[in-house]
Amino acid sequence: MHTAYDMLTGPCAWTAFILFFGGCLYRLIKMLWLVWKKERFIFSYMSLRYSLRSLVHWMVPFMAVNWRRQPVLTIATFAFHLCLILTPLFVSAHIILWEEAWQFSWWMLPDGLADAMTMVVIVCAGYFFIRRLVSPEVRYVTGPSDWIILSIVAAPFISGFLAYHQWFAYRFFTMFHIFSGEVMLVAIPFTRLSHMIISPFTRAYMGSEFGKIRHARDW
Amino acid sequence: MGEAAKGETKITDQGLDGGVGRLDESRIREVINTVLKNETGARLKTYVETCIHCGLCSEACHYYLSNDKDPAFSPVGKVKRTLWEMLKRKGKVTPAFIREAAVVAHTECNLCKRCAQYCPFGIDIAYLMSVVRRIVHRLGCTPLYIQDTANSHSVHMNQMWVKGDEWPDTLQWQEEEAQAEIPALRIPLEKEGADIMYSVIAPEPKFQAQLIYQAAVIMDVAGVNWTMPASMGWDNSDMAMFTGDNELMGRLKRTHFETAARLKVKKIIMGECGHAFRSVYDTGNRWLGWRVPPFQIVHAIEFYYDLIKSGRIKIKTKYPHAVTLHDPCNVSRGAGLHDKARFVAKAVAAEFVEMEPNREHNYCCAAGGGAINCGPPYKMKRLQGNKVKAEQLFAAKTRGAGVLIAPCHNCHSGLHDILHHYGIGLDIKFLGDIIYEVMEKPA
Repeated sequence: MHTAYDMLTGPCAWTAFILFFGGCLYRLIKMLWLVWKKERFIFSYMSLRYSLRSLVHWMVPFMAVNWRRQPVLTIATFAFHLCLILTPLFVSAHIILWEEAWQFSWWMLPDGLADAMTMVVIVCAGYFFIRRLVSPEVRYVTGPSDWIILSIVAAPFISGFLAYHQWFAYRFFTMFHIFSGEVMLVAIPFTRLSHMIISPFTRAYMGSEFGKIRHARDW
Repeated sequence: MGEAAKGETKITDQGLDGGVGRLDESRIREVINTVLKNETGARLKTYVETCIHCGLCSEACHYYLSNDKDPAFSPVGKVKRTLWEMLKRKGKVTPAFIREAAVVAHTECNLCKRCAQYCPFGIDIAYLMSVVRRIVHRLGCTPLYIQDTANSHSVHMNQMWVKGDEWPDTLQWQEEEAQAEIPALRIPLEKEGADIMYSVIAPEPKFQAQLIYQAAVIMDVAGVNWTMPASMGWDNSDMAMFTGDNELMGRLKRTHFETAARLKVKKIIMGECGHAFRSVYDTGNRWLGWRVPPFQIVHAIEFYYDLIKSGRIKIKTKYPHAVTLHDPCNVSRGAGLHDKARFVAKAVAAEFVEMEPNREHNYCCAAGGGAINCGPPYKMKRLQGNKVKAEQLFAAKTRGAGVLIAPCHNCHSGLHDILHHYGIGLDIKFLGDIIYEVMEKPA
């Protein structure tokens, strides 16, 4: 058991982090290289002002028309993504691990709050799951990959939640939590979870086109 | 193969049926992969790999809303029925699939880009549909009527088979007609060094010549130093842009720009047409390598705005009807001219009734993007595919509107059909129609 744990928190964790950061960098460089090679005109239409204008309107809840039209989805989307990113970065158990490994730490969330944020991620993932099943326009374009990436994202939070509360099979869920977290990190750059790093660029490009050429709002 | 939309019946189209009949799977694979490899890049790849399949684009689309929210008509649903399959199968699709892809890209999407405003990632699905049109064009599988229009462009550099002598002849005819009203009026042809080259789309000389008459009166009264070319290059329209025939689009726009350069004008003013504006202002120039057009391009809305604002055109008596305004995608979402259009509409009409949604969020007419040019076979599909527009127009009517202003040719024709099909009972006008009617003219 200890060997497996050492594997997961040692070589596997290193591999996951290297693949995550390296993969993200690779995806960004590859995208920019492709723009440079084949659609260089895009650079000449990019505008910092209009990119930010568009990003702000879409990154603030209810600022875009479509966010206002779908209030439940908007709340779920923003709560999900916010908690998804903040919880693993600031949960005390993770920070203690950093501290043990590298002797540095940073601000940590109170455990109760982190637990609530984990539940938010799980509940919202459940909402997305149900939405994929029952909403015809979503179901129509849902394939196996959509279920897989939703599972990849939900797994570390469900297992983390169970491990934290130690209700049953604590050791298994701790190990599974670490493993699934590593899977998620690796999956981000190499699946459509890459929207985490790529979507600001697609948004910025559309924002620039709408701002500079179309003189219209893209939200 | 992507699932077809519910209840769709196969429409006979010689362009598609004949085109598909000549295809085999190896040719299809070769063309798809050549286009994807050589003609697409970061945009296509990034859009497809980033889309999270959330379906949030659906409610942007009038086809989706009008077809009882059938998901096959949602923007992402249309990508699923076309490009996703082509990519997944690495181009190994059947001729029947290509026929269906052509129908989806040409007759179920107007390239209006409203979905880009509804996608949280700003994915440009209209661009993806343009790639599909490019593929079916390269496969010789384009709807017959719009291909005929492109053929006219190729032969005569205008979209309506207007022959070389018919063009100046029509202008002289309209000049004579207008001289009955203003004896000294001229339609100046080939006037080198004029401030403005006025360009129109070919349907104007072909069957709406009164629009040229009206424009000439407005120009004359406003004292504009203008000209029209007597040669090819007078037509600013561009169906090649919509059939995916980019090479022909380039020829057309080069001819148009070179004509303006030959006449040494300062700017090009365009009649009330949306797609032509998109071609000259945004698309054709890019194909030719111009980041922005080599000439200042002024749409009629902006031109009228300037004339009224500066007092060069004065309103004698306001148009005595309540008007509502349809914002054409290509000049509103495409160039932000919606507020200028409102200024003009309010300046000329006694009462203005707002349409909801409006400005860059307005619903498309379902005629643009080449859809109406796919001709009579698809007319009912187009009308049924824009029930939501009929409801929007009817709501404006219930709030008092009596006249619908559509400052775009495609919108105008498409909305004309919708008004009649659904029995809405609004009259329809161009801005120029009303300005001509209410402006001060020499006694």
